Amino acid sequence: MKAFTYERASDCAAAAKSAAQPGAKFIAGGTNLLDLMKLEIEQPTHLVDVSRLPLTRIEDTSDGGLRIGALVPNSDLAADQRVRVQYPVLSQALLAGASGQLRNKASTGGNLLQRTRCYYFYDTDKPCNKRKPGSGCSAMEGFNRIHAVLGASDQCIAVNPSDMAVALTVLDAQIETIQASGPARRFPISELYRLPGDTPHIETALEPGELITGVVLPPPPQGKQLYRKVRDRASYAFALVSVAAIVNQDGSKIQEARFAFGGLAHKPWRAADAERALLGRSPDDIAFIEAGELALQGAKGHGANDFKIPLAKRTLARTLKDVSWSQI
Amino acid sequence: MYSVTLKVNQTSHSLDLDERTSLLDVLREHLKLTGSKKGCDHGQCGACTVLVNGRRINACLTLAVMHEGDEITTIEGLGSPENLHRMQAAFMEHDGFQCGYCTPGQICSAVGMLSEAAKGWPSHVTENVATRSPPLTDAEIRERMSGNLCRCAAYPNIVAAIRDAAKQSI
Repeated sequence: MKAFTYERASDCAAAAKSAAQPGAKFIAGGTNLLDLMKLEIEQPTHLVDVSRLPLTRIEDTSDGGLRIGALVPNSDLAADQRVRVQYPVLSQALLAGASGQLRNKASTGGNLLQRTRCYYFYDTDKPCNKRKPGSGCSAMEGFNRIHAVLGASDQCIAVNPSDMAVALTVLDAQIETIQASGPARRFPISELYRLPGDTPHIETALEPGELITGVVLPPPPQGKQLYRKVRDRASYAFALVSVAAIVNQDGSKIQEARFAFGGLAHKPWRAADAERALLGRSPDDIAFIEAGELALQGAKGHGANDFKIPLAKRTLARTLKDVSWSQI
Repeated sequence: MYSVTLKVNQTSHSLDLDERTSLLDVLREHLKLTGSKKGCDHGQCGACTVLVNGRRINACLTLAVMHEGDEITTIEGLGSPENLHRMQAAFMEHDGFQCGYCTPGQICSAVGMLSEAAKGWPSHVTENVATRSPPLTDAEIRERMSGNLCRCAAYPNIVAAIRDAAKQSI
């Protein structure tokens, strides 16, 4: 690990200002950053410890939603009774990720900003445009079983590894931040993540030093929610494909359907046209299979990950069916 | 270098540390508490699991300088050979190990896991996450312990030990 200086932040504004210096990074739980620092994939020269900032509460908002402090640990968020009852898809997604020890340390803000687990991003002997811009993409012609089939570019086919972000995306969560220059802002999670394009090393819309302070959930949506994760092991593994779904149906017609995929793209993936196509349809296999066809229309495999395209369609159909007829 | 006071097994230690030092390395190399083991050093195997303020975490994936004032408990602080913690006794009773390398992490993790279960936390295998205090079935124990690997695959006896210790705690 490269040497760095360490500072314990006293408040959010000071932390943001300090982290805007070149080479500085925030550290909260550290479960992803320290892993990457040990491998010298991340080489910050200064760490701003935000773990003691007062961002650990989950509060009711005036419109009936929830505000989740950026430092709420993943385990506490998954265990919050309001989340379990009103936003079960979020609890399920969190519990599907990592291990008990990691969830106890990993923060809400840090989970949103965790880096890809692409093998070549981790292998400092190999070219990677995300780790070393302009060096090339080893995954394109390499082992790419876990890689993206949607929204990728010829520069990068890495996927976003977060389960939590998939659930927050289907819930239309908002991200709250404070910028290094002072002002706070709030924007939809769909605007947080970028597609790789020609700049896969720039993963989010955050400015240097901009600190995520919280995540706001709108009032609980009508209907049932479900997160399904398909992976190589039954536990403690990243998603090959995951689906977060919310369906409101009256037994004969779908009033509203929303879904987001994990494991398929550089960000959690919504397909607005496929969601719209479900409106007014009978909640049956035909409708769900058609939704998958529509959602994966532009999908492109790279050889070893071709299987993700049919897997995603089937996982979506099964998840939409299960959530539509859920007794829970 | 950074000065920090760490409270480990109810004893305070004032240390001047290289900022890079993980909590695990402080425990093993500076305080000679070698019960916590270094397996992967990347948060994947769970051999380094300790309790910080009663919560189980991977000591390898946290900086020691971030733990000023925290209550850190290692396997040495849970019990002693003369006075075993009930989880240690249960692992002995059920032969919950073979080589023993993962065992301190397994035991610290199991203790943390039981306090999570006692708070009513759900898991990935809980059918309905809204259920308050889901029962701690064997499937629940296995899922909740998935962050601790045992290369000897003593899993059946580890589950038996934890199941037994969980009964004693009720």
